[in-house]
Amino acid sequence: MPTVPGETVTLDVRGLKKVYDGHGRRVEAIGGLTFEVRQGELVCIVGPSGAGKTTLLRCIAGLLGVTSGQVILDGTPVTGPPAGMAVVFQEYGRSLFPWMTVRQNVMLPLREKGVPRAERQALVDSALEAVGLTDSARAHPWQLSGGMQQRVAIARAVAYEPSVLLMDEPFAAVDAQTRAELEDLVRSLWHRLGVTVLFVTHDIDEAVYLGQRVLVLSNRPTIMLEDVPIDLPDERDQLGTRSTPRFAELRGHVYALVQMAKKGHRPSSED
Amino acid sequence: MRVREVATQLFFTLALPVALLLTWWVASASSTSFFWPPLSEIVRAFPEAWNAERITGDVLPSLARFCLGYAVALVVGVGAGSAIGLSRNLRSFLEPTLEFFRAIPPPVLVPIIALFSGYTGWTAKVVTIALGCLWPVLLNAVEGVRGLDEVLVDTARCYRLRWRTRLLHVVLRGSSPQVATGARQALSIGVILMVISELFGANRGLGASIVQFQRSFAIPQMWTGILLLGFIGFVLSVVFRIVEYRSLAWYRGMRRAERQV
Repeated sequence: MPTVPGETVTLDVRGLKKVYDGHGRRVEAIGGLTFEVRQGELVCIVGPSGAGKTTLLRCIAGLLGVTSGQVILDGTPVTGPPAGMAVVFQEYGRSLFPWMTVRQNVMLPLREKGVPRAERQALVDSALEAVGLTDSARAHPWQLSGGMQQRVAIARAVAYEPSVLLMDEPFAAVDAQTRAELEDLVRSLWHRLGVTVLFVTHDIDEAVYLGQRVLVLSNRPTIMLEDVPIDLPDERDQLGTRSTPRFAELRGHVYALVQMAKKGHRPSSED
Repeated sequence: MRVREVATQLFFTLALPVALLLTWWVASASSTSFFWPPLSEIVRAFPEAWNAERITGDVLPSLARFCLGYAVALVVGVGAGSAIGLSRNLRSFLEPTLEFFRAIPPPVLVPIIALFSGYTGWTAKVVTIALGCLWPVLLNAVEGVRGLDEVLVDTARCYRLRWRTRLLHVVLRGSSPQVATGARQALSIGVILMVISELFGANRGLGASIVQFQRSFAIPQMWTGILLLGFIGFVLSVVFRIVEYRSLAWYRGMRRAERQV
């Protein structure tokens, strides 16, 4: 079942600008970014390393204040971590509470959100089942492999039922096979649950494979280089999709953009 | 197989204490020195020196004061330490002063505290114990809270954990391994101060009893007091270990897992 993005804009980023000011040094991290993510979309963000991807994500998550511009989630400007957002960090091992079991980790945000007990249990069960961790519910995170730990973080985010799921290079620290599995897991969860996903990565292949759109960022101060629509069929699989000519074309195109970004290319309209 | 394992473990645990006691027993057996009585004589003096009246009138009150002072130090140390660890401003405001007070050996404070709260009552002694135990707990709590993983703190913020939940489930749990280190140091300091706080002007208590034995030249009895103190210290550390073993199981597991990677 292909997911058709709705008309409703879930996440609206308008003229976002971030300048780090301190110790007499002024670093302009984000020069001005404007984009929208519609409800039910899966959008990837790529850019060269040092493109301020993490800064952008932290601004959107409300963990970091913006210098100017706005981030609007479900019509409400973001000033602190908003209620409708869940984040999956790259450092899976460090984002799970080691003194809690897998189940308790997934449960805690729901309890804080005030979800009634019975519903909470059901949400946790189905989230753990969705990521294939039902049998490890009573284990502690450090008893699991890296890939499984990241599954726990994903289960926690999914159970939270966010409007937008932010993922900050979530698979950068796992091995290639696990990464492929987790990519497919994200696609299938997105299909099944209709969750809106903003996925930040430095991996061009990953971005093209996962996304409906790929936003390519310039180097610092970050602006949008191009919003690339990914017109691959909705049904994707690691072998088939990656060997289609269209995938290669798109990949080549995004690759070229990132290379240009590295050399400091900026759209002519900018200066 | 299982029985053999337990036996081996028991052997390693008990071998040294038994060897030391035997050496002491043999070496002192024919001693005629007044200050160095045979161990057999010390053992014989034990039941009489620490009869029921002494236990309830001296030993238990001493231990109660120790527990009270130690508990106060834990609560104040963890509470203040968490606050200081969480606030950078508070830290830069307080840290030099804390370092100054920490550098003062608590025994020096005994006469000063006694001036204010009297020599004979409990207050001075409990305050002395609490003050001495406070520093390792406090400073370790500050470090523990400061060292909380940023990703974990960000996670707690993202999921909008309430202030109370964050304090209980993130700050206190996260800093608990470091706090345990401080609490372990405080334990031995507390035992030392329990004795020292009774050396000035007190007439009842475990430490005071030992001094009285010494002053009245009841040397074997004095030795029994020292043995008893050592035994109390040993029991306290065993109890501490059991509590730590249970509450920090996750930490041990995590460390083991990290080493294997």
